[in-house]
Amino acid sequence: MKLEKIIKILDAEVCCGTVRNDWDIAMVGASDLMSDVLTFIQPDALLLTGLTNPQVVRTADVAEVKVICFIRGKKPTEETIKLAYDKEIVLFKTQFSMFKACGLLYRAGLADCLQK
Amino acid sequence: MNNAGIGKIQELIYDLSVGDVMKKDVISISPDISMYKLKEVLRKNRISGVPVVKNGCSVGIISIEDLINWLTKKSAGSSVKDWMTKNVVTVYEDEKLIQAISLFDQKGYGRLPVVERKEKKVVGIVTKGVIIESLLREIEIDYHEEEIRRYRMSHFFEDVTADSVTIGLIYQVKGGDVMNGGTVAGNIKKTLKRLDIKPDIYRRVAIAIYEAEMNLIFYTDGGEVSVYIKPESICVNVRDHGPGIPDVKDALRLGFSTAPNWVRELGFGAGIGLNNIQRCSDKMIINSTVGRGTILDITVNMDTL
Repeated sequence: MKLEKIIKILDAEVCCGTVRNDWDIAMVGASDLMSDVLTFIQPDALLLTGLTNPQVVRTADVAEVKVICFIRGKKPTEETIKLAYDKEIVLFKTQFSMFKACGLLYRAGLADCLQK
Repeated sequence: MNNAGIGKIQELIYDLSVGDVMKKDVISISPDISMYKLKEVLRKNRISGVPVVKNGCSVGIISIEDLINWLTKKSAGSSVKDWMTKNVVTVYEDEKLIQAISLFDQKGYGRLPVVERKEKKVVGIVTKGVIIESLLREIEIDYHEEEIRRYRMSHFFEDVTADSVTIGLIYQVKGGDVMNGGTVAGNIKKTLKRLDIKPDIYRRVAIAIYEAEMNLIFYTDGGEVSVYIKPESICVNVRDHGPGIPDVKDALRLGFSTAPNWVRELGFGAGIGLNNIQRCSDKMIINSTVGRGTILDITVNMDTL
């Protein structure tokens, strides 16, 4: 699914980065636990999280995740945004809760990272 | 353009000075020449405006728009000084590029004469076009440098003549340095990518090192991460000087954690870290002595896909 469509579904606002049309997202991982994220996240998946510190970007970077969406309108810190620019990671935020965001994306056909 | 490209441009406009990008062989005219002559200067050089200079100093600026006004009205005098814009805004050559960009943006100027600070002599000119050209050139140089670096490094193992080749990378991690947590893992990932290591391999190595690095930050006074890259495997050694793990078996149990709240608030300390390291490696050995420290050895084989 194109990132633009995901942003529309989540009624999200881009915090940093350029929304590229050539990126296709097929899977989503959602967690506030970074070690958890490293366990299941797939490269190029979308990460949904409630944490906004720079560690989220570092975690995404080592796991080859290019897009992070913060839930419940949480704003990433300045350090987080700076690091995301540096690591070429797109950040956006949605007002929806984790449950609703996951539900909407699942209904739209996106897969779970653990789905074989 | 990707985010790195945009980030790079932002960096450049704050780093570069006007003098770095300005057009130096600036065409200028004297205030006393006629508007007929100006028409010729603009036409011959295919430009739309020139700074007006007297004794090397900027006294005005005149553009094609002024020329059209003169052609339609033909009133007043017919020298450049009668039609030029006086009180010209100039920029110093040592000012940052962002200053010139702000002036273009806020005031809508088409060109800005560049002057040196001492005698205020005109030394160049900047236009939006000149700025865009120089930024593109800088980005292209950067891109080529990265390409060359990647090419050179990806052929490293082939180019070195020896019975056995090992690349060793050593990093220091400061205890408690949460802000920089993950920098070592990120740098190692970047290096492995440049060495043309397969994505699945460098990702596993990076995740294992990331977890180990965060453990050094959260639970020790700091330590050292050494990475040995061989054609057949990547070996990682992580060592610290305490406090040590009382029972390694316990520590390896999924969900077992001794993490304080501040660690959990950062999204770590859920008792998954060591399991993650084990999952990402082909071989993992932990030797720990309470009071003396922990040595973690990880091996990831190159051909395990």
